[in-house]
Order: sequence, then C-alpha cells, then structure tokens
Amino acid sequence: MAHAHDDADVTRRDFIYVAASGMTAAGAVATAIPFIDQMNPARDTLALATTEVDLASVTPGQSITVMWRKKPVFVRRRTPEEIKAAQDVPVDALPDPQADSARVQSGKEEWLVVLANCTHLGCVPDKGNKGEFGGWLCPCHGSHYDTSGRIRKGPAPLNLAVPEFRFISDTKIVIGEAPAPAATTTEGA
Amino acid sequence: MAGDYKYKPTNGFTRWLDSRLPIWRMVDEQVLNFPTPKNLNYWYTFGGILTLMLGVQIITGIVLAMHYTPHEKLAFDSVERIMRDVNYGWMMRYLHSNGASMFFIAVYIHMFRGLYYGSYKAPREVLWILGVIIYLLMMATAFLGYTLPWGQMSFWGATVITNFFSAIPFVGEAITQWLWGSFAVDNSTLQRFFSLHYLLPFVIAGVVILHIWALHVPGNNNPLGIDVRGPQDTVAFHPYYTVKDGFAIAVFLLLFFYFVFFNPNYLGHTDNYIPANPLVTPAHIVPEWYFLPFYAILRSVPDKLMGVILMFGSIFVLFFLPWLDTSRVRSAAFRPIYRQAFWIFVVVCLGLGWVGAQTTDYKIFDLGPKTDVVEQIVEKAKADNVTGQALEAVRTQAEEQNRRAFDATDLGRILTILYFAFFLIAIPLIGVVETPKALPRSISEAVLAHGGSSQPARPQGAHA
Amino acid sequence: MRLLALATLSLSLLAAPLAVAAGDAKHPEHQHWHWDGVFGQFDRGQLQRGFLVYKTVCAACHGMNLLSYRNLGDEGGPEFPEDAVKAIAAGYQVPSLDEDGQPAERPATPADRFKGPHPNEIAARAANNGALPPDLSVIVKARHGGADYIYALLTGYKDAPADMTMGAGMHYNPYFAGGQIAMAAPIASDDLVEYADGTKATKDQMARDVTAFLTWASEPRLEERKKLGVKVMAFTFVFALVLFMAYRRLWRDVPH
Repeated sequence: MAHAHDDADVTRRDFIYVAASGMTAAGAVATAIPFIDQMNPARDTLALATTEVDLASVTPGQSITVMWRKKPVFVRRRTPEEIKAAQDVPVDALPDPQADSARVQSGKEEWLVVLANCTHLGCVPDKGNKGEFGGWLCPCHGSHYDTSGRIRKGPAPLNLAVPEFRFISDTKIVIGEAPAPAATTTEGA
Repeated sequence: MAGDYKYKPTNGFTRWLDSRLPIWRMVDEQVLNFPTPKNLNYWYTFGGILTLMLGVQIITGIVLAMHYTPHEKLAFDSVERIMRDVNYGWMMRYLHSNGASMFFIAVYIHMFRGLYYGSYKAPREVLWILGVIIYLLMMATAFLGYTLPWGQMSFWGATVITNFFSAIPFVGEAITQWLWGSFAVDNSTLQRFFSLHYLLPFVIAGVVILHIWALHVPGNNNPLGIDVRGPQDTVAFHPYYTVKDGFAIAVFLLLFFYFVFFNPNYLGHTDNYIPANPLVTPAHIVPEWYFLPFYAILRSVPDKLMGVILMFGSIFVLFFLPWLDTSRVRSAAFRPIYRQAFWIFVVVCLGLGWVGAQTTDYKIFDLGPKTDVVEQIVEKAKADNVTGQALEAVRTQAEEQNRRAFDATDLGRILTILYFAFFLIAIPLIGVVETPKALPRSISEAVLAHGGSSQPARPQGAHA
Repeated sequence: MRLLALATLSLSLLAAPLAVAAGDAKHPEHQHWHWDGVFGQFDRGQLQRGFLVYKTVCAACHGMNLLSYRNLGDEGGPEFPEDAVKAIAAGYQVPSLDEDGQPAERPATPADRFKGPHPNEIAARAANNGALPPDLSVIVKARHGGADYIYALLTGYKDAPADMTMGAGMHYNPYFAGGQIAMAAPIASDDLVEYADGTKATKDQMARDVTAFLTWASEPRLEERKKLGVKVMAFTFVFALVLFMAYRRLWRDVPH
C-alpha cells in the first residue's frame, strides 16, 4: 500500500492539505461574522425617535427623569449655588477631570442633562439622596456625584455621560440631536 | 471490527484525563480512528451532510428565536422585521427555511441509500428504527416550524394537519381542541407550537447520538453489503472520510447557497407572505414539497379515518422493514430482481409527490364520455319531444360535459397500492424467489479484483 | 445511471412547487427586470420614480405598513438623500398626543411607518365598495409570478369578453384569478405623475417603475443578498475544488 514519494510530491501534498485546512478555518471565521452581528441593535432600533422634553414645569433645584433610547436621563434645573459649586471645583483634583462648562451648553448653564446610569455598574442613582456633593448618590455601591454629574467619591470610574441635546425653544429640548447651530446629524436624528 | 484499534494516552495530562473522563478516548476511537470500510461511495456522505444540516438548523433557529415573537398579532411582522431590520436577519431566515428543504433532500437520499444497500438488515435493525424515529421527529419539527411565520399557509396547514386527529372516533374532537388549546387554531396553538418547535431539534440531536452509537456497534454497512473481515478492509475515519465527506458537504452547500442567495423563496409558497386570515382559505393549499407523497396517500382514500391511518401507516411500515425482508443478501448490487423493484419504488414515490402537488380533479387522460349519464340526458330530451338535429346537439353537448377521466386521484390510488405492495408483498416475496449473484469474499478482495477503481457495487458515475 | 437518478430526483422535487399553477388566470409573460439574474441590482432612478407612482396613485387605497420613511434612504433601495427622506416624512401627519394627553397629530419623522390611507379595515372596505385593498409591503412575494404578475395585472385591463357576466363595480382583467377584479385600472392614462428625471411617464413606464418599487419593498435586502451570495458561492466553489484535490491525493494510495 505504501509508496515511496519524491520530495516534490510530498510538498505538493502538504500544500493541498494546508490549503484545505486553511479554507476550512477561514470559512468558519467568516461564517461567524453574521451570527455575531445579528445580535447588534437592528436598524429599527438604531432609528428610534429622539425624545422631546418640556422644561416649563421644572422648578429650580428640581430634577426630572425622562426616557431616551430605553434609558433614563436626568434633566436637572440647577440653582445658582449649585452651578457655582460645580464651577468652583478644581478640575485637576477630580477622578475624571472635566470642567462644568464642558457638560452644559453655554448660556443655558441652568440645565444639566445626564444619562442616569451610574458609570460603575449601571444602577440609577437616587434622586432623593443627593450624597455628599449635592448631586446624586448611587444606592448600589455608594458612588457620589456632584451638581455637574461628575464622580467625586466611590467606585464609579467616570462622570455621568452627557447625551447630545438641542434647545428647540427656551423651554423645550430634544435629546439625541446635536446642539444648534452645529448642523451635523446623528444616527438617531 | 470496530474494536481493533485501541487508544493509548501519550502524555501525563491525557493519562490523567483518561482515567477520569475518557472523552478523548471516545473521540479517538469512535471518530478519528474509527475503522470504516474503504469502499464507501458518495451515497454514504449524506450522514455527514445531515449532521451538518441539523447543526445549521439549530444554530440559525436559536438566532431566529432571539428576534421572533410567537403571538398571533405580532408573529408575521416580527418575521418581516427579521427580514428588514435585523443585521443579516434575511440570511438567517433564508438559511433556516431553505435549510429545512435541504435537510429533507438529504434525508430522503440517505433513506433510499439504506434501502438500496440493505443497511436496515441484521445486525443494524435498531440503527434503522432510530433513523425512522429521527425522520418522524423531523417531519413534526418541520410542520411546527412552518406555522410560525403565521402566514396563510402556516395557518391553514396547521388547521388541516391538526384536523387529522379529528378522524379518531369518539375522542377526535377532544384531541384537536387539546392540541389547539382553543376551538380553532389560534394564539394558544402558535405559542405551544413555537415551544415544541424549539424543543424537538434537541430531541432529534439526542436520537442522532443513539443512531451513531447504534452505527458504531456493528460498524458501517457498505456498497457490497458484506461484513468487514479485518483491518485490510477498513481505513481510519479521519482523514479518509472527513475529507471525502467534506468535499461532498461543500458540493451540497453550493446547491444550498444557490437557493439561499439567489432563489430563496422558490421552495416556499407565495401565500405564506399573506398574513394568516381565519376567514379565507387559499384557493389551493399544498404542504411543503417534502410532505407531498404522504399528502397524496391521504387524499387517495375516500374515507377520512382510513386516509389518516394509511398516511401514518406509510411511515410506520418502515419500522417493520428489517423483518419484512426475507433476503440474506444486503446489497441490491447482488439482487437483480430487488434492484428493479427498488427503482420502481423510487418512481412510485416521485409519482406520489407529483400527485400531491396537483388538484384532485387534475385530468391526466380522457377516457371518453360517461355513456350512462349521456343516455339519461338524451332520454330526457326525447321525452321532452326533442328530435332530429336538436337531439344530436343535446347528445354532443352531454358528451362534452360528462366525461370520464383518469385524474390525479386515480393515479394516486394506483401509486398508493404500489407503495404498500413494495413493502408488504415485493420485499418479502423477492427475498424468497430471487437467486442472488455470488458475493465477493471480502471487501479488500473485491477492491483488488477490480483494480481499485471500480467494482460491481459501485454504480457507474458515482466514483470520483 | 445513479447520478442521473439523483438528478431526476432532485429536479422533480424542485419542480413540484411549479406544478401548482395559478387557477384559471392567464399566465403573466416574463419581463426583463433590472434585478434579474445573479448580478442583477435595482435601478436607483427607477425605484425613486416607482415611489412617486406609489405615492401618487396606489397610496390612495393601499397601505405599506411594513415600511418606514427611513427605508427610502436605505442603501440598496431608492436611496433618497437624507433631507429628501425627512421632507417626504414631514409631508404626512401621524397620530400623536398633545400636552394634555388628548389625541393630536404631528408631522411624521423618518422613523415612522408609512401612513396608510385608512384608519382600519372596516373603513378601508367602506371606502372601496366592500373590497379590501391589500397592503403592498410584501405583495411581490405574496403573488405567483411576482413582479411579472404585478406588471401584467397593472397593464392587463381589457373590455370583458361578450360571454362574461361582470359583477357590479367589477373590472375585467385576464391575469386576475376569476377575471373579475374590484380595483379599477389604476394606471389608465399617461402622465399621472411628472418624473423629476425627465423620463416620459407613459402607462407602461409607470407600471414598470412602480413594480420595481414594490419588488424592492418586498425584498429590501436583495442587493445585499446577491452581492454576498456571489462571494459565498465563489468561496464554496474553490473550497470544494481544494477538498476534492485533497481527497484524491489522500486516497491515491488506498485501493478502494
């Protein structure tokens, strides 16, 4: 049964086996792509409408929670003292250094809009308990946020995220759209 | 024959594992180095193809279930959302729906192969019976799955098939209502069908494991139908048959992918893109193509209960096949009469499939006017004092309108009789009267006698 | 001989669905379509024109509830520019709630579904002489003959044969099962729309364009499917060849 092969023949055999194995592996990897990608958000989910929020009824110091893209968002009308407290903190000393001016729209410093999921493990911080820094306290693992939604103490690594939003009038905002006058559109637009 | 080879752990870790969980021993002895007859032809690659298709159906099915909603008001739209919005959703659904057809093409070839080479005979009766159970489970799963898109064919197919059980005397209605969970096919039915459709493939996978176990005790049959005599008759499954099966799988995938990517709705029915409507039955309802032969048998019997019994009987007869066959030779290659009967049987099955797709009154041959009816009409006209040319006109019209025909139902009846005759008459009888050709003494002898490239049992053209 | 048998077997199984002819209706002639064949893709301009015909002519009676306005901008579809899609959507008023929770209307956004012509089925029947105009979202896949049938139906209206008794308010169309259809010829004259690209809006042109649009609506991922299909088939073909060569090499020294 066994034949003697010359070297060239052996090389060609090896090549065809390597090619066959290689194509099997490549085919398997390529096949995996659609099976993984199908779990990403579908087109209709990505196209979810933006959320409009009416601010007229929010009093200074009050915070309301609205839903945007299936997640809660805090919209807080800050008092002058809260704004001052947020602006006066030395940025360098923060765990996630960011100035208050980078988190609100200029001229509208009164309004703070942040995603309401704690950056630690996703719980929603307690509105009733403002924590040690006048913002929010996350009940799950004790992260304290200040009046700009920045992490000050506790296990959370990052500040509460600020979504894109745009004032369409003095008392109405749209969350999920880039602020005017920037004309760029987002995928949610 | 399956026990010649023994696995030897080669290092500390495999020795340690082997004495605790000999899983690698099992893979090595039962897969990689399993002694397999060296003369298996391409018809023997369909087992591997079927294993792949079961995997494809289970994986795409799990994916579809992530996006599908089993509710009468939402099911149709959720399937369309899969087609439109889910990433690669169209591909998952077309793989799954065409995969079902491919699965059945492969299983039919696999079964006919077993029938041709006598793979159901001792000592492989349990192997064959497990195969028939898998086939029954596949049919149940396919039927349940077809209802899920909740189109017109889904709804009416479910209605018709569940009504089979209403043929049972006394308790029929109670059973159908139990199946439906309602007074008709509705949301309760859809939800339980979805649950069962998700469950059954895993039951199939379990029985497939038993099927392979039952295969590995006696070892593979082969185109010569003779037993393996020793290592000279076999090769290791890997790489010899993994590569050969791999090639056959790739060719099969070309056919599969052609349908998925270029003709994805060809094997389906257009009416299933119309949302289910309990008020309107589609003009012409037919099952999926793989059920057509059984549908033809059902319709060929004028009695409801008998029709259902015969239809189920056409599958249950397969369970008794190992004992119906009286021949001691396995392979049809050495059985000249059985071989002809086999091919006639194949044609009968295809014919039943064709009949199942026709309307029952589809005319195949015209057999002239119904003379008694025509005479009655003419007599009546005479009594009404119609005479001469007018009477001839009446006769001509009557002859045109009242014709005997050999229609699809008639053909279906003949084919149904032939179907059962094959199992109940031909197979037992041929085994007794037939003189088989001389069998080769061993596989390796037959192989060497024919120069290692062709042999009597290898059908022309099937060799690479 | 056995391979021949296999071929016969597969072919007859595959031909089975074809044997189910569509009743007594006239069989639609095959048309040449831009998306025919392995490499066929949609004609972008034709889809945009077809949408105009749907919007102007069909939408008066037929909804397309599986489509959203955003789909008009999707890759592989009409590919209207983003602001055009927004403008089309804003042209429709969809139900909403006002600040006091009372029913109100707002302009549609691209994420909204196509607004249907009737609020519900009863209203649809009431407005159409008792007949229900079917939703057109998947109409091309829901009819035997697909695009050819839709085109044949749209252009197939004729005077009824003398020996045919027509129902009240019914119209003769040989391509419709039974020959009697409640829908009056929708494209009965030229220039029902004015095409922006200067194409002359003949009856035939409008029928072809709207058929193309409806085909895309039924199968919006057709282009993606065919493009990927060509690659997959090419890979699998080469893969089969390589495996065959590996198989021949491997078995060369084994008598079998």
